[in-house]
Amino acid sequence: MSDIPSGGVAPSIPSVTDRVRPIALGAPVTSAHFLAERACFVGAEESVALVDTEGQIERLTIHGGGILCAASDGSRIVTGGDDGKLVAVDGKGDITQLALDAKRRWIDNVALHGDGAVAWSVGKTAFVRSGKNENKFFEVPSTVGGLAFAPKGLRLAIAHYGGVTLWFPNMAANGEFLQWAGSHLGVTFSPDNKFLVTAMHEPAMHGWRLADNRHMRMSGYPGRVKSFGWSAGGKFLATSGADTVILWPFASKDGPMGKEPAMLAPLQARVTAVACHPKQNILAAGYGDGTVLMVRMEDGGELLVRRNGTPAIAALAWNAKGTVLAFSDEVGDAGLLTL
Amino acid sequence: MAEVSKIPVTVLTGYLGAGKTTLLNRILSENHGKKYAVIVNEFGEIGIDNDLIIGADEEVFEMNNGCICCTVRGDLVRILDGLMKRKGKFDAIIVETTGLADPAPVAQTFFVDEDVQKNARLDAVVTVADAKWLSERLRDAPEAKNQIAFADVIVLNKTDLVSRPELAEVEARIRGINPYAKLHRTERCKVALSDVLERGAFDLDRILEIEPDFLEAGDEHDHDHDHDHHHGHDHHHHDHDHGHGLKHYHDEDMQSLSLRSDKPLDPTKFMPWLQNLVATEGQKILRSKGILAFHGDDDRYVFQGVHMMLEGDHQRKWKDGEPRESRLVFIGRELPEQTIRDGFERCFAS
Repeated sequence: MSDIPSGGVAPSIPSVTDRVRPIALGAPVTSAHFLAERACFVGAEESVALVDTEGQIERLTIHGGGILCAASDGSRIVTGGDDGKLVAVDGKGDITQLALDAKRRWIDNVALHGDGAVAWSVGKTAFVRSGKNENKFFEVPSTVGGLAFAPKGLRLAIAHYGGVTLWFPNMAANGEFLQWAGSHLGVTFSPDNKFLVTAMHEPAMHGWRLADNRHMRMSGYPGRVKSFGWSAGGKFLATSGADTVILWPFASKDGPMGKEPAMLAPLQARVTAVACHPKQNILAAGYGDGTVLMVRMEDGGELLVRRNGTPAIAALAWNAKGTVLAFSDEVGDAGLLTL
Repeated sequence: MAEVSKIPVTVLTGYLGAGKTTLLNRILSENHGKKYAVIVNEFGEIGIDNDLIIGADEEVFEMNNGCICCTVRGDLVRILDGLMKRKGKFDAIIVETTGLADPAPVAQTFFVDEDVQKNARLDAVVTVADAKWLSERLRDAPEAKNQIAFADVIVLNKTDLVSRPELAEVEARIRGINPYAKLHRTERCKVALSDVLERGAFDLDRILEIEPDFLEAGDEHDHDHDHDHHHGHDHHHHDHDHGHGLKHYHDEDMQSLSLRSDKPLDPTKFMPWLQNLVATEGQKILRSKGILAFHGDDDRYVFQGVHMMLEGDHQRKWKDGEPRESRLVFIGRELPEQTIRDGFERCFAS
């Protein structure tokens, strides 16, 4: 078991705040993504806003209510709503309704696969539509907390109460169940397909080494982990949930077993969002007081992107090349930083 | 974050057929200018006319801390999180549980979950009871007894279907389990909305304001005269009374226990005692509340708990002339009364 020691105090930080283009979205934001070169800010309700690097905003209404989940593969973003709709938006701003729950139940989770497959969940049922437009579904014992596709093959991790079920939609067999007590709300595969990690309802993450299903307890957080992401190359898993960015080491075959995580960029506020740079060992971190930092993973060197004193940062995303960082706080005061 | 910005959540419980849906529809249809988000257990299968209805699965999750009564409603965590995306579209939330549900996991969700606490506050547990059938259900359905014991407000419904002696009987049975809840007698759940909504029953600042009997009348808090004047004189017909004309029933396994003392408490003795009590007996203790007078402390200390979960805070200064008295209430199953009384007496400041 590994534990996070308590954090420290921030030194003065060099700033790039004058290079940020502020974007006033005027409505609450829950996540950010990139579609080609446009940033896509997902609203808490009804719409997404596509913003180009000049700050031009195109707002698209895609749901008749709250937007509960969103995922992007860079060419499209797929969202699920409390109107029971699963909707895709592409880089041109074209909107496609992918599915509609017959009883208008909430679409709680969505995940995308590199080959075009999409997965979503309604209550206890996970659905997969493969690139060939075949629908399959699988029911787990309790409401689905999170979904993730494995990086190789068509395999879906379904997080729920009591563990994770691994399901191969193209095989008739039942799923493989990875047990761990508690409620699992988020799930991710390491890019090398060797580890599976969940974010739990309690302030902890839990990992499995998939070769032998060995457990990795990743605990010690003061708050629940809601944002996490893999560094370029997958050597680290960066997470929110503490007053520093927590960086779990995954370079060795044992993952973080018996190791302490690195703790970067300590502030007097909780980290609420993280986004790893797609090419370099750099990450962006957003905090509960509105601060955004860029952090070098090797030595913890920091750059100030946005000052504190606002609502919490809710959304962070890099474009595919790693040249533009998009961020927004909870109420929609957003920005784009071009490097 | 200020308490006022949190969305109030009312939990509506009651055994099957007691009239929960009637009360819910009454709340929703009355001309109050407020919008409610309603969380029901079976989506679309009951006739509720409201814009924002969410179907819930009543998933009760154990917390991963080795404490078997630390349960939360996992579905509620998820639904409240989703609802907060539509903040501003509704003023309050009503959670209707199934007839067989235990209210504790719902209440505990508000003690345990950081995000739920940030955005919402538990207002009160309102239990609808069927005047005709409750006495029988209290004998054969432990769920019904739990719901009565847990309640802040009890709507005793269908009083038109029973005789006066039957009504007195069922009220006495309710009071034998939970003498502290506000009780309202209704036909077709006709009750003023202010009696069931915005009660602040879990608000430490209002812990006594809402329980005047508990505060001022001492141990004889049998009846809610405020709302039932026309029924008041019925009680003279009965013999075995406790000053208010109600028969006294002692429920075999669910009781309330009240402690009071004007001797100041030693916080270094009392706090460990209370924490140990709920840690060891918390499965039996459904609800606990107290106002405490600590030795050398000019502030009143208040606490409340659900099973093993406690929260407490200094409330306000003792007023001049206000008796500095500690009062505690436990409602629970097979409470070890003597052990609790003895333990309490060892907490007096010497």
